[in-house]
Amino acid sequence: MNISINNISHNYGAVSALKSVNLTIPDGSLFGVIGPDGSGKTTLFRILATLIVPSEGEISIGDYDVVEDMRALRNQIGYMPGRFSLYLDLTVEENLQFFASIFGTSLEENRSLIDAVYKQIEPFKKRKAGALSGGMKQKLALSCALIHRPELLILDEPTTGVDAVSRREFWDLLDLIQKEGITTVVSTPYMDEAMRCSEVALLFDGELLANDDPKRLTQTAEINLWAVESDEIFKILQDFRKHDNVNWAFSFGEQIHVAVDKSLEEREASKIFDQYNDQIISAKRIEPGIEDLFIDLTEQEVEV
Amino acid sequence: MSIVSVKNLTKKFGSFTAVDSISFEVDKGKIFGFLGANGAGKTTAMKMLIGLLAPTSGQATVAGFDVASEPESIRKRIGYMSQKFSLYEDLTVRENIRFYGGIYGLTDEEIDQASDKIVEELDLQESRKTLVASLPLGWKQKLAFSVASVHNPDIIFLDEPTGGVDPVTRRRFWDRIYQSADQGVTVFVTTHYMDEAEYCDRVSIMVEGRIEALGSPNELKTEYTADTMDDLFVQLVRSQ
Repeated sequence: MNISINNISHNYGAVSALKSVNLTIPDGSLFGVIGPDGSGKTTLFRILATLIVPSEGEISIGDYDVVEDMRALRNQIGYMPGRFSLYLDLTVEENLQFFASIFGTSLEENRSLIDAVYKQIEPFKKRKAGALSGGMKQKLALSCALIHRPELLILDEPTTGVDAVSRREFWDLLDLIQKEGITTVVSTPYMDEAMRCSEVALLFDGELLANDDPKRLTQTAEINLWAVESDEIFKILQDFRKHDNVNWAFSFGEQIHVAVDKSLEEREASKIFDQYNDQIISAKRIEPGIEDLFIDLTEQEVEV
Repeated sequence: MSIVSVKNLTKKFGSFTAVDSISFEVDKGKIFGFLGANGAGKTTAMKMLIGLLAPTSGQATVAGFDVASEPESIRKRIGYMSQKFSLYEDLTVRENIRFYGGIYGLTDEEIDQASDKIVEELDLQESRKTLVASLPLGWKQKLAFSVASVHNPDIIFLDEPTGGVDPVTRRRFWDRIYQSADQGVTVFVTTHYMDEAEYCDRVSIMVEGRIEALGSPNELKTEYTADTMDDLFVQLVRSQ
């Protein structure tokens, strides 16, 4: 399902949640939407799921018009909202049967599609959904969203609160789903997951700031970025943030990443770090990752 | 000096052992990362440490008090911020501070002082009469942290404080954690972001109710020949 979003805006009263967003989501892509809380991700997803009609603009999903063909289109969409829409007092099996019956299908009919994920929860099929762990609930919710073999799968922060191992397994499942030809749109606060998408869009305050293959985005990013090692992270962060030539400084695992003015040559930039010689173990120029890019784009917007 | 001291702490629910004889110490003023997969027993262990759940066996003291026999005393000396932030959405910023100050037995004067300090620190002057429901997530999160420490606790427990939060907002939250540790407050934190594990002075990793690894991030990476905490975590959890 090729999705074409043209000049979409959406307002809730005086609040504009989306501002003239243009986006094409190619058929068969694993499309990531990233952005801070309140940037418009969930509004965009609700529009894609035909749950709300945008205040302005047009959207087409495959050959369907989202308003006129809404009912037919809904049969082609699987939607997993942020708070999983499971019936907590029904068992795993009953939840699946319920979603299957809504879409006029059965668990057996599309078993092959959900097999990889369902196998992991099948041992607990008699257990009530409310008694499952977070990772299990997420797998059940994915099974329910896939039960009718939709052409478009919409996942709103499916891995929030999920541990590092379960997250990897979940994304392995998304790779399998993509191979089945299902177009998937997914939002995530984890930047390692954004790198696994075929394309990402970065939303900020209702506007689209960037949209491309995540690898190309990081390769073409122009950030004068340095990795600093120090034993006094909290103190040195405060110092860097006061420096005129430093755009931003944040912790990154065991290092600190510091973005300095683009105009500075390597020699000039390293002089900044020489000033903090007694607190710094090492400082070296590095290439930005997707998380650096996210920070850089959103910090620029905050300053404007 | 240890502010948390845990020895063979165990919790069973019927025949299921949720926490299986864990032992560790947390030093005062340090940041301790309490890691583990979903369902590994972290929340159950944390509930015992804050005096909400009685252990089946073993001992633990927090801020000098025994978790089994003195849970009331513990609750006065600790702060706790749950995943869902425990703020009242239909109260204003100031009313939330006043409410929690009251619960912890602060005098009106102390509450006013604390309230002014929090509002100033978080730069919330213009929003102090705003309902919490309409604050952005990043502010709610910082306010929840401040409210949980309104009574100057010795240690603050944070249960996945940065879940679902974007890269900038969660780093700003960690600035706040560093600041507290700098002022001598001990921080006990759970997270699923493995880069955040690197910011801790020491971490433990729970797998199926047991602590499988315990030490500073650098010690553990050396011990398990892993490049990052993420690699280490995956290695430990997958080996089960």
